[in-house]
Amino acid sequence: MATLTVNRPPQGGFSFENCRRNALIEGEANKVGCSLPSARKTGTTICGIVFKGGVVLGADTRATEGMVVADKNCSKIHYISPNIYCCGAGTAADTEMTTQLISSNLELHALSTGRLPRVATANRMLKQMLFRYQGYIGAALVLGGIDCNGPHLYSIYPHGSTDKLPYVTMGSGSLAAMAVFEDRYKPDMEEEEAKQLVRDAIAAGIFNDLGSGSNIDLCVISKSKVDYLRPHDEANKKGVRTGDYKYKRGTTGVLTKVVAPLDLEVVEETIQTMDTS
Amino acid sequence: MLSSLSFGNTGKMKEYHYTGPVEHRFSPYAFNGGTVLAVAGEDFAIVASDTRLSEGYSIHSRDSPKCYKLTDTTVIGCSGFHGDCLTLTKIIDARLKMYKHSNNKMMTCGAIAAMLSTILYGRRFFPYYVYNIIGGLDEEGKGAVYSFDPVGSYQRDTYKAGGSASAMLQPLLDNQIGFKNMEGVQHIPLTKEKAVQLVKDVFISAAERDVYTGDALRICVITKEGVDEQTIPLRKD
Repeated sequence: MATLTVNRPPQGGFSFENCRRNALIEGEANKVGCSLPSARKTGTTICGIVFKGGVVLGADTRATEGMVVADKNCSKIHYISPNIYCCGAGTAADTEMTTQLISSNLELHALSTGRLPRVATANRMLKQMLFRYQGYIGAALVLGGIDCNGPHLYSIYPHGSTDKLPYVTMGSGSLAAMAVFEDRYKPDMEEEEAKQLVRDAIAAGIFNDLGSGSNIDLCVISKSKVDYLRPHDEANKKGVRTGDYKYKRGTTGVLTKVVAPLDLEVVEETIQTMDTS
Repeated sequence: MLSSLSFGNTGKMKEYHYTGPVEHRFSPYAFNGGTVLAVAGEDFAIVASDTRLSEGYSIHSRDSPKCYKLTDTTVIGCSGFHGDCLTLTKIIDARLKMYKHSNNKMMTCGAIAAMLSTILYGRRFFPYYVYNIIGGLDEEGKGAVYSFDPVGSYQRDTYKAGGSASAMLQPLLDNQIGFKNMEGVQHIPLTKEKAVQLVKDVFISAAERDVYTGDALRICVITKEGVDEQTIPLRKD
């Protein structure tokens, strides 16, 4: 007698089989006093503005893990195509992977159509993907660029809704930034005025929102050029320590030492500098 | 992809938490952030705190120091829930006055610490959500630091960090003041100037990584001459 096996066809999308188990584990852990690890979110203030001749996108540079700063200088303005850039708030991995995927697909699309990609296309691709995942991909985006129809700016929410507006803000610092925009936005501003307004909006987020901080990055997209200004403004410099905290050789006690020589030949040497600030 | 229907029989999106019915209650506590630090030396004590008062992702005040002067020889640093910090310091001030009037002398640092422990334990079943650190000079004029938990357990220390960035600062102090995890280093006793410099540097580092710490640093240096306060700016983001 053979056992019957029911063959379920592979289901697309997320598998939620473990949700019930995870919820029970979380309940048990909370009883003992521990908590489950959380995904790294970017806290964040991002914004965008349409000015005479293009768009300006701005972002802060702090990434938080809970209420601890994980990255003091992360880049939140992502490349989509030579004429389109996207700022991302929410879960860091989600914004990174989503923008990379759409950037890749848009490049293929552009090669297929033989035309420069349009901002509306990028918007459509992003919203269709985010809606497909029903909000589980925590990416809140500010998409801006310039194409044959002029400058365009969209805000895209994690559940897949989008708004096409002349000025938008997203992230935990969005209220602080929007307050600045609502005060000083005018249609058809000059480039310098627009850059100053975006800089001030992000600065409001940086100083008044605990989830945002460090520096201000700007991206100015116009017909002729793209200025990726990182950092545009180092709004917060690290405090200078007066003491000397170098350790002398031998401060760390060595218990045992085993040397295993490797017989290797140096073929190529590359240097990658770390950000030790 | 209609996974919401596979486990929520009402078809509503949000119903996937199986921990049972959740009762939403009013919480009497709030977390207002802030970090406090105290260091005891041979003939001095330092109590330092940042001055940021926050709640959630917002800042209530950039100038709300958490060190309170109790007597000429004692300063207390309180961080946690600001409402309880204010009430607790008021109660301690009242008790100090009562002691002075009935015993005709000021309370010593050790006596204040013992009294605070009983005050905190008196609220064992609805605690003051405050992390206290007392810094001052004992009867012999030597520096003393007493650290507390929210329900009154305390001990005398040489140095202690409390509050939101305490987990970042305590290991640094263990290394620089306690000379832990270092070999072949001379255990030179801490001078007042070196201690103040260390406290400033340590808070600069805390402000880098802890979102609740920043704005300004208030340092109270307690010596037999009295309590000397200084304020230095920190990161404001």
